[in-house]
Amino acid sequence: MAIEYLYPQFEVLRNPDRCIACRVCERQCANEVHHFDTDLQKMVSDESKCVNCHRCVSLCPTRALKITKTNHQFRENANWTGEVIEEIYRQANSGGTLLSSMGNPKNYPIYWDKMLINASQVTNPSIDPLREPMEIRTFLGKKPTTIERDENGKIIPNLSPRLELDIPVMFSAMSYGSISYNAHESLARASKAMGTYYNTGEGGLHEDFYKWGDNTIVQVASGRFGVEKDYLDAGAAIEIKIGQGAKPGIGGHLPGTKVASDISRTRMIPEGTDAISPAPHHDIYSIEDLRQLVYSLKEATAYKKPVIVKISAVHNVAAIASGIARSGADIIAIDGYRGGTGAAPTRIRDNVGIPIALALASVDQRLREEGIRDNVSIVVGGSIRNSADIIKAIALGADAVYIATAALLSLGCHLCRTCQNGKCNWGIATQRPELVKRLNPDIGSERLINLLTAWGHEIREMMGGMGINSIEALRGNRLMLRGIGLNEKELEILGIKHAGE
Amino acid sequence: MLKEGQYHIPSGCAISGIFHKDGRRTDGTEIIRSISTMHDRSNGLGGGFAAYGIYPEYADCYAFHLFYDDPSVKDICEKFLEEHFEIASMSRIPTRKHPSITDEPLIWRYFVVPRRYKLIETQLSEDEFVVRCVTRINHKFAGAYVFSSGKNCGVFKAIGFPEDVGLYYRLEEYEAYSWTAHGRYPTNTPGWWGGAHPFAMLDFTIVHNGEISSYDANRRSIEMHGYKCDLLTDTEAITYIFDYLIRRKGLTLEEAAHVVAAPFWSTIEKMPPQQKAEYTYLRDAFAGLLINGPFSIMLGFTGGVMALNDRLKLRSMVVGEKDEDVYIASEEAAIRVIQPELDKIWAPRGGEPVIVTLNEDAQGKE
Repeated sequence: MAIEYLYPQFEVLRNPDRCIACRVCERQCANEVHHFDTDLQKMVSDESKCVNCHRCVSLCPTRALKITKTNHQFRENANWTGEVIEEIYRQANSGGTLLSSMGNPKNYPIYWDKMLINASQVTNPSIDPLREPMEIRTFLGKKPTTIERDENGKIIPNLSPRLELDIPVMFSAMSYGSISYNAHESLARASKAMGTYYNTGEGGLHEDFYKWGDNTIVQVASGRFGVEKDYLDAGAAIEIKIGQGAKPGIGGHLPGTKVASDISRTRMIPEGTDAISPAPHHDIYSIEDLRQLVYSLKEATAYKKPVIVKISAVHNVAAIASGIARSGADIIAIDGYRGGTGAAPTRIRDNVGIPIALALASVDQRLREEGIRDNVSIVVGGSIRNSADIIKAIALGADAVYIATAALLSLGCHLCRTCQNGKCNWGIATQRPELVKRLNPDIGSERLINLLTAWGHEIREMMGGMGINSIEALRGNRLMLRGIGLNEKELEILGIKHAGE
Repeated sequence: MLKEGQYHIPSGCAISGIFHKDGRRTDGTEIIRSISTMHDRSNGLGGGFAAYGIYPEYADCYAFHLFYDDPSVKDICEKFLEEHFEIASMSRIPTRKHPSITDEPLIWRYFVVPRRYKLIETQLSEDEFVVRCVTRINHKFAGAYVFSSGKNCGVFKAIGFPEDVGLYYRLEEYEAYSWTAHGRYPTNTPGWWGGAHPFAMLDFTIVHNGEISSYDANRRSIEMHGYKCDLLTDTEAITYIFDYLIRRKGLTLEEAAHVVAAPFWSTIEKMPPQQKAEYTYLRDAFAGLLINGPFSIMLGFTGGVMALNDRLKLRSMVVGEKDEDVYIASEEAAIRVIQPELDKIWAPRGGEPVIVTLNEDAQGKE
């Protein structure tokens, strides 16, 4: 029917003067946009299949290709935009839930961009990171409440299990299944090289990756895929995933087509079966149940590993965090509404949850007011885009940050937001062997190392500018931030002053 | 314009200290001479002194020094004091009019001991009880401010150059075995006497030179433990940090110094295993209390004084010794002016505490 027809979103522009019909684009595109027309003796494209991932553009040897947004449009309407209209057509056609990938792309405020960072002038000196030590080492875990001494009066270091980070950035949870083997290997190797951690997500830990256990956070999510004693013992920390910023309140679904032999073994489910993570943990219907799971996991691992509880940033996040801080958890991870995903219902991704900056500010403040901030460390994610975002997050009160989208970008992701199709041309969000091998873990890990190294430099530079040479002196140091273009209420929640004040 | 306490004022400063290890007590003439040598390091917007051993006749009482904005708040505050303390003596603190010291508040001194039934009722130690009462007055009674609360010691401070403040408070009439002094160079008008140094909590007094860049991190950490940083000054936060670490957490002075001016990880890494574990522990356990940015401080306490620089030594500070006397100052000139002949003089390294205490035979006699 004619009303089912949707005009393609993108146009593939091929410069015929440049195209040498080498057919690289054809071989590279898993979406089968390009093909060589033997009658016409030239390359042609079916732009209706294009997701704008730039794989063909990047590999075209003559720069003959570019992808552009179509200028075909509906009659302009500020309320009924083309996107809104098309989504209605699609749903009227299919009767299904709309699916999307990666983080909320809507035009909501980005609070990181509404805060500015301080620098020293005259009254205290800025510090040159090229001349002086600039310390960004971070420990995550509970702080001790009592000082214990031996018979000679020496302090007994009664620290509970913790994570030690050489840079306050970790790679957040992405399961093997949602991303490829090579993507995981890249993350694991970069974590080891940089003295930080990556996170298995809820897909279990591939047997080849146990050797990077010291730099691995193993996740226990509602589906409990791949969870067993060796898995728990393998990691440096255990993360209980309650929620994810991209899809708070709902579970996950890895279609059976993606559950190939390797993944089925890692997840410990039969090959070809759908891997469904329920919305809640069916053994956690309240906060006291969470406490039991925290201690079950600690018992199972002989109290040797810190336990992280990850929640998505929702309206009542401060009270929830306060409950978690008293649950025995060592670390709270909060995921903001911009956080990425391999697949989520579009409406949920785009409408549920709150900005991470606001969630972080209110959680940190609440825990301090209750005197329990030292019970837990706070890790935030959900769109940390650069080193300035990290500085701002730490100044608001975070101990460290989680990054995932930024990590994938450095592996080659072009944020085309069609991970759910499983045809990632960059070898990241796919399980097809011919695509996976496009991501070389030697190069991937090096690019991740480069990214963190660069951010480390920038973090040190900005700290030095503020006259701070140790990251703990930045943590929660909200006087180092000023708001720009924020209203009184926003400033109050962030606990910062406006620029000029 | 906002008063100090409503916003954060950075400032630079001069500090000076004299300590007689043999417990000998001397009047305030020399410390005034020392601090006045560094006149240009202050700008007339704050000066003050702390003196130890000055009230031997009331050695068992907490000596409260208070500023009142007006008589009405004095009445309210005295009611509170009477309810919680036995007042052994009360009087105005004697002052001498000085042309450059203006806008004087009412300045009163009370020698008090906590009421016994209050201690029994609250089940608090005397010190903790006093701290809570002082915090309550400073936090709840607008216009009243306890600026000194230790036993056998006292703080004297005002807006003005320190040498004028010394004359104003007639410091030549007090005799102490330990003197510290401070001249302040704030970058805004504090508009209020409470902002001058030293800051005190019980017998801990702090004089401080520098602007700490970790201020808000430290403030928000220490406020979790029941302290209220009403003045929004670095020095107030530092005072509470030491009170918390030493009195409440039972750390030694050295340990506390290694929290606030922690060695770099690269240094810790090279230590023998046990020491390394201890230093790592202190940095990790009290991460929020690491003080960053330039400072030189003197922490006075009963029977001793500790001098400490920030870990990069971004502020000058020298220590000199002559026989039984120890001198500490921002500049060597401030020491030489009162003691030209020194046995030893050195600049302590960043983060390396210099702790001076009374000789054994002088202890207990202070």
